[in-house]
Amino acid sequence: MADPTRESSSVSRGSPVVLSPGEGSAAVGLPSSGPRQRRRGVGWPARLEIAVLSGPAIIIFLTFVIFPVAMAAYYGFYAWKGYGVPTNFIGLKNYVTIFHDGLFLDALNHNATIVVLSLVMQGPAAIGLALLLNKKIRGKSVVRVLIFVPYVVSEVIVGTGWSLMLQTTGAVNDLLKNIGLGGFAHDWLSDPKIAIWSLMVIISWKYIGFAVLLFLAGLQGIPAELSEAAAIDGASYWQTQRRITLPLLGPTVRIWAFLSIIGSLQLFDLVYIIWGQYVSSTAGTSTMATYMVTNGRNSGNFGYGNAVAVVLFMISLVIALLYQRFVLRRDTEGALTGGTE
Amino acid sequence: MPATTLDAPAQVPGSHRERAKRDWSNPTIYFIALLLVATMLAPVVYIIIGGFRTNSQITNSPAGLPSPWEIGNYLNVLKGGVFWQEVLNSTISAVATTVGVVVLGLMASYVLARYRFRGRAAMYTLFAAGLMFPMTVAITPLYIMIKSLGLMNSLPGIILPQIAFGLPTTVIILVPFLRAIPNEIEEAAAIDGCSRLAFFFRMVVPLSVPGVITVGILAFIGSWNNYLLPLFILNDQGTFTLPLGVQAFASQYSVDTAKVLAFTSLSMIPALVFFSLFERRIVGGLTGAVKG
Repeated sequence: MADPTRESSSVSRGSPVVLSPGEGSAAVGLPSSGPRQRRRGVGWPARLEIAVLSGPAIIIFLTFVIFPVAMAAYYGFYAWKGYGVPTNFIGLKNYVTIFHDGLFLDALNHNATIVVLSLVMQGPAAIGLALLLNKKIRGKSVVRVLIFVPYVVSEVIVGTGWSLMLQTTGAVNDLLKNIGLGGFAHDWLSDPKIAIWSLMVIISWKYIGFAVLLFLAGLQGIPAELSEAAAIDGASYWQTQRRITLPLLGPTVRIWAFLSIIGSLQLFDLVYIIWGQYVSSTAGTSTMATYMVTNGRNSGNFGYGNAVAVVLFMISLVIALLYQRFVLRRDTEGALTGGTE
Repeated sequence: MPATTLDAPAQVPGSHRERAKRDWSNPTIYFIALLLVATMLAPVVYIIIGGFRTNSQITNSPAGLPSPWEIGNYLNVLKGGVFWQEVLNSTISAVATTVGVVVLGLMASYVLARYRFRGRAAMYTLFAAGLMFPMTVAITPLYIMIKSLGLMNSLPGIILPQIAFGLPTTVIILVPFLRAIPNEIEEAAAIDGCSRLAFFFRMVVPLSVPGVITVGILAFIGSWNNYLLPLFILNDQGTFTLPLGVQAFASQYSVDTAKVLAFTSLSMIPALVFFSLFERRIVGGLTGAVKG
């Protein structure tokens, strides 16, 4: 199928870096039709392919993600108990209530704490572990499987297990007592000063495997030639990691941080399962999402709950857009313009 | 023609081997790795071992080992039909979700990665924006929609939304993967008369296997562990997936800690088995595949 756009685009994106000067001429001589001018035009066959390939994904995505979210925005303007069509339009009253509710502001505050602590606690540790597991050590594959175990285990199981362990009469305190550190025994789950740290430990434990998995994949994408060349030039292992590996891992780290921030803002399952809907606010671990379910569905105030959902979404959106604008920009820019590598 | 660049590293295998030898004998690394593994496994081991104890053992010495080992809790769970029904439901839901996410996600990512057309940036942004739509935001309207579609208490009622919510991550991960396929391969295929669609099926699909496995596993685990959506959609005990089952079991037998632990540890086995089967292929990396 003669499709000029294909050839032109691929040639313009081709990386001549790979070619040695002598061999390059053969490839360059291939399609000489001015590549850059033709970029915009897309032939009908290509359009059909685009529609057929991306259509199903777009349809299912719009139906089950975008449409319900739009409906949430709509319901948020109503006082609605969830029966029939909402009729009691109250404008922005739900939103005014949300921002005057101390419990919501607490939850917002907890979310912010969780975002920051997740990045600080998981990021450096995960990079270190990925570097470690990227080395040639014995039993590496076994270690790699085992550290992903917490990520694979469901939130319900993690929540059930940890809440049993962290009870005042649970295994953790018993263990501390047995090894003579009884003074360190605490009420891990109810003490407002400690509960958020317990939550952070559980979150880090559960999700660090995912970070390591992403970073390992990123490390695999870095050509070994680079560190080998550096080794020949006399660079030490740490110099190589700092000057070559870490900068090249940058895009992966930035994507991970993005996913982590969004995940922290939307945290629900673990808090809801471990602390339940009422204890979480007194223990200082409530999140916007648990606030939403508690004060929305569980109280029968579907309109109010949806307004909270909209606030949660808007906060996530603003942060995500800012992040994309200022942090991910160079990565996606390269991605969207098919930048050379 | 890229042979020259690929040959280069072959000249310096010495340094490689030296470094490998040094790491091999470094005890600090093994100590850290051991510590790490112990930390990651301790809570899981607690759950599994707890299932082998009796309630009085657990009350008297919460952090102790079973003495004697009681297998009754596990047998009790395995003999009941509830557990197996829930395993089946979880499996159907997870497999269908994974297939849907991978097939739809791969096709859309291919378009985003290798076609140039107006609206491509908008399409990418649409999917990327999906990362910001947690299921919690959409859950109430989603519940109403599923209800009006007549999919309440049915597995398709959770499978379809799971596919939709799995697409953003899939697209974000697969697009760079597909873009990384060297244009030389596509050019060569084009010269051999390969159409773009044929290129998709013959080259892109096999070459993207590492990326597909990664997103497939994420989708599978996401579905297997999903809690909120089944909580809203599945009210009938016969359609419960494992997370709902664990919760229902935990509240039904809240005083019988040992039995809860046994049920909990059995319910995590399938996901663990699945994961350990495929983990090997996740970190293969596309570069290796293309180079080889």
